[in-house]
Amino acid sequence: MDGQAILLRLTATFGSGIVESHDHRGDHTAVVERSAIRDVLAFCRDDPDLRFDVLMDLTALDYLKYPGREFGPRFEVVYHLYSLPHNHRLRLKVRVDDEGAVVPSAVSLWPIANWFEREVWDMFGIRFDGHPDLRRLLMYEEFQGHPLRKDYPVNKRQPLIGPKN
Amino acid sequence: MAERTTRELYLGEGSGTGSGSQHLYVNVGPSHPAMHGIIRIFAELDGEIMVKADVEIGYLHRAFEKECEVGPYNNAIPYTDRLNYVSPLINNFGYASCVEKLLGIDATERCKYIRVIMSEISRICDHLTCIGASTMELGAFTVFLYMIKAREYLWELVEDVTGARLTISYARVGGVKADLPDGFALKTRKAFKETRQVLEEVHKLLTGNRIFMDRMVGVGALSREETIAYAITGPLLRAAGVPYDVRRAQPYWAYDRVEFEIPTGRNGDNYDRYLVRMAEMEQSMRIVEQALDEMPGGPINVDVRGRPIDPATYVDLGKQGKTEGLLLVPLTLSPNLAGLEKPVHRAVNVADKRVVLPPKEDTYGSIEGLMNHFMLIMEGNGIRPPLGEAYLPVEGANGELGFYIVSDGTDRPYRVRCRPPCFPPMAALHRMIEGGMVADVVPTFGSINMIGGELDR
Amino acid sequence: MGLGPFFGAKLDEAIGWARKYSIFQYPFVTACCGMEYMATACSHYDVDRFGAGLVRFSPRQADVLFVVGTISHKLAPALKRVYDQMCEPKWVVAFGVCTCTGGFYDNYATVMGIDTLIPVDVYIPGCPPRPESVLDGLMKLQEKIAAGAQRY
Repeated sequence: MDGQAILLRLTATFGSGIVESHDHRGDHTAVVERSAIRDVLAFCRDDPDLRFDVLMDLTALDYLKYPGREFGPRFEVVYHLYSLPHNHRLRLKVRVDDEGAVVPSAVSLWPIANWFEREVWDMFGIRFDGHPDLRRLLMYEEFQGHPLRKDYPVNKRQPLIGPKN
Repeated sequence: MAERTTRELYLGEGSGTGSGSQHLYVNVGPSHPAMHGIIRIFAELDGEIMVKADVEIGYLHRAFEKECEVGPYNNAIPYTDRLNYVSPLINNFGYASCVEKLLGIDATERCKYIRVIMSEISRICDHLTCIGASTMELGAFTVFLYMIKAREYLWELVEDVTGARLTISYARVGGVKADLPDGFALKTRKAFKETRQVLEEVHKLLTGNRIFMDRMVGVGALSREETIAYAITGPLLRAAGVPYDVRRAQPYWAYDRVEFEIPTGRNGDNYDRYLVRMAEMEQSMRIVEQALDEMPGGPINVDVRGRPIDPATYVDLGKQGKTEGLLLVPLTLSPNLAGLEKPVHRAVNVADKRVVLPPKEDTYGSIEGLMNHFMLIMEGNGIRPPLGEAYLPVEGANGELGFYIVSDGTDRPYRVRCRPPCFPPMAALHRMIEGGMVADVVPTFGSINMIGGELDR
Repeated sequence: MGLGPFFGAKLDEAIGWARKYSIFQYPFVTACCGMEYMATACSHYDVDRFGAGLVRFSPRQADVLFVVGTISHKLAPALKRVYDQMCEPKWVVAFGVCTCTGGFYDNYATVMGIDTLIPVDVYIPGCPPRPESVLDGLMKLQEKIAAGAQRY
């Protein structure tokens, strides 16, 4: 199935659940309503024509300083899906605002989402609803803030021991 | 009084009698001798059985993704070297290709072949290190010495091409730093001869070895379904019997023009992973040999039509305003810039003034070249992809290595995300070691080939 | 003047000579530099020529702590712990520019040089240092071991 057909199919199935879609540089992308994301992910995984059985990547973006997006929803959670049987790819996105940055968790669909979501929580401070164990993954518990947010200075250190160099 | 059980002997009086067993909690790592990497496993043990394992990572978090946002596009290349420091060339090229995709440009033919050749050499180095280090931890020190010996021959090749052994920064957006040196094909064949010999010796030492097989066969196995659910790719997925390889599934560079096989295993255990890696090294050498034969347009020698002068004199003349006719004089570049001569430069780099630095002859010899150079170097100028985003997967040594780059139209990436190939296996590590013996952690962890720089970024 | 100081000095020299050729090292390997550390230890460069071939994976049995690779703030307490567990006399080698100064990782996660945590005897710069410069650093360390006052 080629990317355009996948997008059409998603739009036909979910209607207003799909906010917009594009295929910049051949990467077919659909922006999904937050309330619909879990259903869309489950559909993508289980539908026999789509069969996206691998959650290749899950990450997030902070649009705080992006031209034209300064006032819109601040974060975007990005899912990269891949299908082993059909050899096609799809990118899904969910937009969330700073306040109440919570996205439904995908752990029940793919166990790998567990660590990916922990990393996103650690780096961006986006919570995942239904995650069994949402701890920091890369930084330590004592760390304050979320380093990949655009308002976190690159060299603001919070040492555990030693001088504040 | 009941007889003391073995369990009580290990775990203390009272354990195993009456109120049930006591589990022992052991902290393994972060600096553990039998692990070539810094992770921490918080293990719950029942005797020698691993009941529950909690894997903690992040000890080598170096803020790769944040650092990439600080500088221009080409400045991120040294950071990508240090992602997977065992096969840095693949990371380099993966990043550069992703930016090229974002820009909507395509590398030249020769450059694609160079990328294939250098990536495969890098992949062999990675597998050599992986097998060498993990077998060393099992006590087979000889194999380690042999494999590092072979890696040293390959590193000499890498050094010839890039000027460095390990952290090479060889790729540029739109091309590579310099062309392959003279006699590279011959040296490669020599190094491969040595490598093949080492592989043969290692096969004799390990593949049928009873002790080795006892430690590897059936250990750390993960079913096919679970491997896919954990998004594991690369040798671990192929060992579970799924022939997925980005080079074949979605060919990039020149991989659709070379022949190679995708070795697969059946059981997904440590032994199959070892066999898959051994077979892949042979396939990589095959790819390199084909690519060397098919590579188009060898380096062209500079055509000396006039009096050669050194770059310093050239620049001095330009400063004095004696620019007339300067472009007609072919330059002899300093030896440090070998491989960057103008004709060579054109063969390996994209002809796009917005992306690639002009040849040094132009920078020194003509005002257009100088301006072009400045436009790419000056802050706020440089490579400026249009607004948008791109994800590009390449086959890293441990699996699918993906770069996801978002551009905001300036000369710095807005966000660089690296999909690390050894992150998913580490997330699944607890599934591989739970229920096994403590000692099995070592071969299983070795077979994952965890690379800290890539895992924690 | 008696013979005491004379023999004392000669004994110091003898012990220094012995110590410098029997370096038991503890490699605290974290990152990229570990690859060059492997290369140095193996056949091509053979660190055993300098009596430093025996790697002890317990800090309690080691003389020299090789800190190889970037130290992050998350790892810093572990490094300090390992250093504290080593018995006197002990030396520390900072292997690679990340351990010397933090290198180009000037960010929220990394320690800007391990000398902010523990005392360092020899700095080997390079990202990563070539095996030749590692061996050079090792010989510098040997000189330092032999020249220092010996405690026993």
